Amino acid sequence: MFAKQLTVFIENRTGRLSEVLDVLKENKVNILSLSLADTTEFGLLRLIVDNAALGKDKLTQKGFSSLLSDVSIIKIPHKVGSLQKLLKTIDENGVNIEYMYGLSIESDEAYVVLKASDVNKIDAILNENGIKTISCEELGKI
Amino acid sequence: MIWSKEETLPREEIEKIQLERLKETVHRVYERVPAYARKMDEAGVRPEDIRELSDLSRLPFVTKQDMRDNYPFGLFAVDKDELVRIHASSGTTGKPTVVGYTRGDLETWTECVSRIACMGGASSKDVAQICFGYGMFTGALGLHYGLENIGAAIVPSSTGNSQKQIMYMQDFETSLLVATPSYALRLAEVAREMGVEPERDLKVKIALVGSELLTDAMREEMHKYWGKDLLITSNYGMSELMGPGVSGECTEHCGMHINEDYFIPEIIDPATGDVLPAGEKGELVITCIKKEGLPLIRYRTKDITRLFYDKCKCGRTFCRMENLSGRSDDMLKIRGVNVFPSQIEEVILSVEELGPHYEIILEREGYLDKLTVKVELAQVTDSFSVLERITATVKNKLKVILGLDAKVMLESPNTLQRFEGKAKRVKDLRSK
Repeated sequence: MFAKQLTVFIENRTGRLSEVLDVLKENKVNILSLSLADTTEFGLLRLIVDNAALGKDKLTQKGFSSLLSDVSIIKIPHKVGSLQKLLKTIDENGVNIEYMYGLSIESDEAYVVLKASDVNKIDAILNENGIKTISCEELGKI
Repeated sequence: MIWSKEETLPREEIEKIQLERLKETVHRVYERVPAYARKMDEAGVRPEDIRELSDLSRLPFVTKQDMRDNYPFGLFAVDKDELVRIHASSGTTGKPTVVGYTRGDLETWTECVSRIACMGGASSKDVAQICFGYGMFTGALGLHYGLENIGAAIVPSSTGNSQKQIMYMQDFETSLLVATPSYALRLAEVAREMGVEPERDLKVKIALVGSELLTDAMREEMHKYWGKDLLITSNYGMSELMGPGVSGECTEHCGMHINEDYFIPEIIDPATGDVLPAGEKGELVITCIKKEGLPLIRYRTKDITRLFYDKCKCGRTFCRMENLSGRSDDMLKIRGVNVFPSQIEEVILSVEELGPHYEIILEREGYLDKLTVKVELAQVTDSFSVLERITATVKNKLKVILGLDAKVMLESPNTLQRFEGKAKRVKDLRSK
């Protein structure tokens, strides 16, 4: 299962990030996880939200450029070594990870958001290995 | 189609016409324009001294400064009563330059533009939408009368209200577009935002572009938006000389034919003022030989080009000027290096992930010039490495081509300023 990640390109100027968050707040788009990668000149804000399509529409209306892309939200046990084990499985199957960020919501379960070089292949690998993925909507309900 | 028989005259006959008209013009301005008479007296040359075309080089130059010094009508060779139209340049620095036309001048202008419109593939069948600003600027009205004269249906839509422009194109089946290259790109963007794919949904087949440089990279970019079959030609002119119609590109795409029975071109070394032989690069100097209102003699255009006199496949015998690579006015001196904005433009247009809009910012930090280039992503990506690669590519290419380190700033799609008229992409914030 894929989840839709909302990516927003932001120029590194004072207030740009909060402008994006304002738009999401006004439209009651709930942020479940995020990662911000930046240089001195620009940043990429990657968001897992409960309604990515709505978020994109509203951002576009406000003049922000964004993108929806397929990522996997993977459920793993919240304990030492489980992420390492997951990555080993993915590595062994020859898929590259472009980026990854995590969130832990419950004491015994954690979730990582992962963008693979080959999104279809990663889905098959995870299924074959009995690793659970969930959608943004499901994540929102937890 | 070739509009006038003059365009194919043998060289001797062109030169015969030129000499006759040059002599007449020089006599007339000497008698009627005190400022000219004074300049010629200072240079020690009298109208009778002009016996051959090569004597042209004995005459003094006229510059933009002369026009300012004689603002508004001091260089005119007719009484104000005889004028039927007055235009002015934008005058971004100080007073504008004023130009005036007699009825005869308007006829000449219409003739010259009719020729360049035909060179660019226009015909009476075309629906021509003129997206140049109507007003004091000569571009719109110049193209307007020329295209109307050849029988095209004019849509004088001017600039602005881009969505309506696209609606006219759809509803009137516009086949010919007159615009600056940057506004032509902007219109295509607006069309796409409206769900109209220019190549598929519009009938525009010809673009006559002017008022800005048309580099090869810009031409390619226009093809990307408007389709590879769009016939793009550039044309050249400036209000001081007449407006558009001084020269135009034919469909062979090998430079712009100068209307030599109305204008004599020379190429000079901008530093010494010496005339350079055909084929050498230098500043274009133009003498108007059939103008009544404002017949400028040896006007320094500040445009850098070359002249070619070999035969063109289109059949025209008028010489060609190479499409401009830059204006000496536009040249930037950055840390002692001469840079034309068009060089930077070419780098940006060569990077596929970037849109065609950009901004060049110059600042001074201590004693050092700082060059910043703002570029716009064509679309958002979620990959950081792609963004880093784009930035590095632009930086490296600028380093190779200009020998300068630049700061490259990526901007979101559709955020940099768009221009409807002449694009102003350079911000020089260095104190002079």
